[in-house]
Amino acid sequence: MKVGRGGARRPLTRALPLAPSLVLLLLFLAGPIAYCAYIAFTDLQLTGQAHSSFVGFDNFTAAFKDDAFLNAVWLTLVFTVLSSLIGQNTLGLALAALMQRASKTVRTVTGAVVICAWVLPEVVAGFLLYAFFRREGTLNAILDWLHLPTQNWLFTLPILAVSFANVWRGTAFSMLVYSAALGEIPKEITEAAEMDGAGGWRRMWHITLPMIRRSIGTNLMLNTLQTLSVFGLIWVMTRGGPGNRSQTLPLFMYEQAFQKSMIGYGTAVALLLLVVGSLFSLVYMRLLRSEA
Amino acid sequence: MSSPRTVRHRLAADAGLLIVAAAFVLPLAWVVLSALDAHANLQVKIPDGVTLDNFDAVLTPDITFTPLLNSLLLCGGATLLTVASAALAAYPLSRYRSRFNNPFLATVLFATCLPITAIMVPVYALFVQVDLIDTMQGTIFFFAASQLPFAIWLMKNFMDGVPKELEEAAWTDGASSFQSLIRIVLPLMGPGISVVTVFSFVMMWGNFFVPFMLLLTPEQMPASVSINDFFGNRGTVVYGQLAAFSIIYSTPVILLYVLVARRFGGGFALGGAVKG
Repeated sequence: MKVGRGGARRPLTRALPLAPSLVLLLLFLAGPIAYCAYIAFTDLQLTGQAHSSFVGFDNFTAAFKDDAFLNAVWLTLVFTVLSSLIGQNTLGLALAALMQRASKTVRTVTGAVVICAWVLPEVVAGFLLYAFFRREGTLNAILDWLHLPTQNWLFTLPILAVSFANVWRGTAFSMLVYSAALGEIPKEITEAAEMDGAGGWRRMWHITLPMIRRSIGTNLMLNTLQTLSVFGLIWVMTRGGPGNRSQTLPLFMYEQAFQKSMIGYGTAVALLLLVVGSLFSLVYMRLLRSEA
Repeated sequence: MSSPRTVRHRLAADAGLLIVAAAFVLPLAWVVLSALDAHANLQVKIPDGVTLDNFDAVLTPDITFTPLLNSLLLCGGATLLTVASAALAAYPLSRYRSRFNNPFLATVLFATCLPITAIMVPVYALFVQVDLIDTMQGTIFFFAASQLPFAIWLMKNFMDGVPKELEEAAWTDGASSFQSLIRIVLPLMGPGISVVTVFSFVMMWGNFFVPFMLLLTPEQMPASVSINDFFGNRGTVVYGQLAAFSIIYSTPVILLYVLVARRFGGGFALGGAVKG
């Protein structure tokens, strides 16, 4: 690594400890990203092809004409809005707010259960929710017991089922972020508002939410990025099906690249996902900087 | 002491939390009860008689020991590599001023947030070209690299918390930077290192997509991928065994989480993520 004009004063050896990380990051992260940007513009296939050739923006124009791709974009949007923006975020905030008032035992028990769902390996979480939503599963058993109509959730509403699964699995993160944020609000402020006669909802809306808006921003960013790259959970529960009714972009990318052997096309989709992720990432960094 | 209103509020909050907890606990109850049930199906139900047969059945080299050993090898190796590289990298970033620090840290923070899922197809294509596909070492390297940005970021923040004066004393005694890093800084940031270690390990242990893409031979598969075998190849699914295996596979990360969370409070890994 170059140390620049100050090289004489700041010897190169000082930067030496960075070397292992730099090598790993360049070879295994920056390299693949650059390679991704390259093969997205080729017609590289998995098998039976000696060379690939440069096809320019063909993959991208093909994608935007491909109904299956547009379907995946739409489902990714639904999945992200339902499970991350609405589900994890709101439920996490609600849990954190309730925990401030609840008794210690209830707080501990709820926290433990929600966090347990978060710590479990992705695939295990997938199986548990698969069992929950299956036709013979727990949800229908409960609905039956309540004399409510049952249905085959993974078939009739697959995207809703995987969204719920993602809420189940990811809410703990928001809960922890918001618990920390709410804990930092000085007690005097809420007490003063209470003296002035502001009720619970008004205090939440006019005082608490504005005070934790930065945490809300970073939490929304991180949840969204996390949700954009969910693969294992959906793969285990529905494989993207039935048909392609729960096929979000990561699953679509996988199908194009491997089941249909079109690596170039699959990578073009990956690049789009990466670009969207980068944009969110940049916004997140802006939020962090304004907080510092 | 507490007014009737506070008590009412507390009861309402308790009730609300318990309803959510009940909804969250159902899938977890299924895995625990089914693992102990000889006739497990997809519903939460009390077993007729508690049995450990399911555990007996899965505790074989094929089903449990080899995949878990593979997981340990993969995640242990990658965690070691991550933590060692991150500790080294954090040192100059934390101790010396350079105009490269901020751009580097910004890049690292940016990379922390990239959806790694998106690059798995090109990584696969690249690994085929350089003959790293289906190798443990290739997967370990990629795992380590994918976890490194966050690890460097956390490690640097923890290292900033170690006062520089202690090191300066060692320098006057003639210690090199490397010696002071190993002998003084790292021991003082033990908690930080354990957080980075546990966090990296837990993330990799649960990761499905990376080994699913980069490893091909069944003998090398870690538990996160081999668990799929309960569905595909064996015909009918024995849910009790699947549940038992899920518990065995999940226990290490839950224990690690509890251990670290106890010492550093819940959400231990969030410090670096939501605070700049």
